[in-house]
Amino acid sequence: MPETFNEMIDGGQVRPAYQSLERWQNEMPADLRQMKQSEAEALFRRVGITFAVYGEGGDPERLIPFDMFPRVFTAGEWRKLERGIRQRAAALNAFLADVYDQREIIRAGKIPEHLVTHNEAFERAVVGMRPPRNVWSHIVGVDLVRTGPDQFYVLEDNCRTPSGVSYMLQNREIMMRMFPHLFVENRIAPVDGYADALRHTLASVAPKKCDGDPTVVILTPGQFNSAYYEHSFLADLMGVELVEGQDLFVEGDFCWMRTTEGPKKVDVIYRRIDDAFLDPLCFRPDSMLGVPGLMNVYRSGGVSICSAPGAGVADDKAIYTFVPDMIRFYLGEAPILENVPTWQCAKPDECKYVLEHLSELVVKEVHGSGGYGMLVGPKADQSQIEAFRHKITEKPWNYIAQPTLALSACPTFVEEGVAPRHVDLRPYCLVGERIELVPGGLTRVALNEGSLVVNSSQGGGVKDTWVLAE
Amino acid sequence: MKLSVSHVTRYVFETPVTRLIQSHRLTPSRCANQRVISWEVNMLKAVRGAAFRDGAGDWTETVSVDGPLDAFEIEVTGEIETEDFAGVLRDHREKVPPSAYLTPTARTWPSQPLRELAEDTLAPLDGRPAIERAHALSNAVADAVEYVPGETESLTTAAEALEGGKGVCQDQTHVLMAVAQMSGVPARYVTGYLFSAMPDHISEASHAWAELYVDDLGWVGFDPSNRVCPDDRYIRLGSGYDSQDAAPIRGVVSGGAGERLDVSVKVRDIAASEQQQQ
Repeated sequence: MPETFNEMIDGGQVRPAYQSLERWQNEMPADLRQMKQSEAEALFRRVGITFAVYGEGGDPERLIPFDMFPRVFTAGEWRKLERGIRQRAAALNAFLADVYDQREIIRAGKIPEHLVTHNEAFERAVVGMRPPRNVWSHIVGVDLVRTGPDQFYVLEDNCRTPSGVSYMLQNREIMMRMFPHLFVENRIAPVDGYADALRHTLASVAPKKCDGDPTVVILTPGQFNSAYYEHSFLADLMGVELVEGQDLFVEGDFCWMRTTEGPKKVDVIYRRIDDAFLDPLCFRPDSMLGVPGLMNVYRSGGVSICSAPGAGVADDKAIYTFVPDMIRFYLGEAPILENVPTWQCAKPDECKYVLEHLSELVVKEVHGSGGYGMLVGPKADQSQIEAFRHKITEKPWNYIAQPTLALSACPTFVEEGVAPRHVDLRPYCLVGERIELVPGGLTRVALNEGSLVVNSSQGGGVKDTWVLAE
Repeated sequence: MKLSVSHVTRYVFETPVTRLIQSHRLTPSRCANQRVISWEVNMLKAVRGAAFRDGAGDWTETVSVDGPLDAFEIEVTGEIETEDFAGVLRDHREKVPPSAYLTPTARTWPSQPLRELAEDTLAPLDGRPAIERAHALSNAVADAVEYVPGETESLTTAAEALEGGKGVCQDQTHVLMAVAQMSGVPARYVTGYLFSAMPDHISEASHAWAELYVDDLGWVGFDPSNRVCPDDRYIRLGSGYDSQDAAPIRGVVSGGAGERLDVSVKVRDIAASEQQQQ
């Protein structure tokens, strides 16, 4: 394994961005740290920010561990990331607009047709559709990892409904309450503009048929969903209604919300439910979570749905490989952020390489998420490797493989004091009338020593993420 | 051929429903194979809206009715002139790429017997023209799944229908789609009406058949139930990934119980009935 880049200490020196935090850490007595850590936990519990893991059972009220040691980016580092993320969000949206219309990128031979159209995330129901401003993915979560001072890689894109932004906001809120002096000593770019920016983004994609101030709602599958807290939190911050499918109905050309003052027309739906459950008249007929007839209203321009149904075809792991090509094709620019080199097991020669190097590689399911169904070769034992060899041989098209990256590490509070732990980053890019990005994002940290898996379902925690002002 | 259609769908609810909402694809496709003379979809009390033509070229409309409602009736009446293009769907404007119809659904999901049926049928036809191979698949399905009503249900899959060896046009269509898709031929489910002058001709309330994408010809219809390609006796309404996706009427009701459905379809040859009247 290549050497890990430590974001605080490089070549025995504390990097300038972390100098104030290093002092802070050294001056903090152990008992104060204990106290602050319990205080943070109590605050998280009080605001109700808990997380349930899909399919794992257990305690649905479990907290995602919060690590008080912030992660810091300099203004210069962030500038490059920001440009790269904006570029990526623009290209992904151009791709979606294209594949549901003229498919020029396929005609040009840049992406194999079957990867796009013979893909479960490709929605025939929206072919030929042009959503307002031709935006398909309104909130793009770009997962990034760092391997060196100037080396970042995009791990994956999330074009449907990336979650976690409530942690970004709460982490900051809680840090400011517990350590106000840190925010005086350091000039840290604020993140609290996110809710306004999101509201503005959603309102900016209201359908043409909407005259006046658009009515925006968040559509949630309900309180048993693992991200329900986030849905209600964002609705509160934006000052919009949080609704479930049963609160909405379709009549005539529009979608309506039941209110105590009678039906109110809904113009923009920020949906946090999957395509398959949106409308039993178009997708799964047994879905009780959606709104019958919603897709017809959407298709006929009576309501906007964010993200657009079918947007998932852009964040498929098989499509990911082609994002740099998309950037060149649609924007005529060189990609600012790099992809992780990826082997497609669907290609026989690449599959052969993967099978010969399983102990060095990370193998992922093409459609998987959340760190499930994944092999981390260097950390796996022989039986796990053999199990994956069998799976890949059975269904090669279902797997991709990547080199094991030496994810950067950030100082993190652990039992013994402070120790480096591996981190990733998910910034949230908003696409509407403008492309907007609040500085920072959600840093996830693998709390187990040596672990590279940052997913909250597998022992991951979160950190406040700072972008220092110029 | 000039055909007239009268298609009445009647729902009766033992306990009244509080609300009904449906998505309709009850309007004939726009293509050279057929030209609408007149066409109407009538319902009492329904609010209509959210209408559009989708990427597959189908006209979709939304209707809803607030209850209490103990019955609901949809009456489709129209006259249409059809032309025989030997199954080829001609001048049908659509934007969905044929390759999107290679993805199976739960109802057309592959199985080993389906795979064998496809391979056994096509192995001797290696290198033969695509249209010949498509005909062979359609005939093989007609041989493998006998037309017998009452043996299958609306949720029966292609694999199950092949295993049972019996089914209705829906099942035969699903089996044909499955074997075609497995062989790399895009296939879709088509709904419509069929005029039948002969008493032994198979015609259900609403007929269904498959379209296979054949290079150089485009979409070509195959009706394994009648071992023919759709001609001027066929009226095309719409298409989809399977029977559920292509259904001319998809709906949900709130509240209520005990739904009973009566469907009557009459397709007449206008010229023949005018002669009779004279």
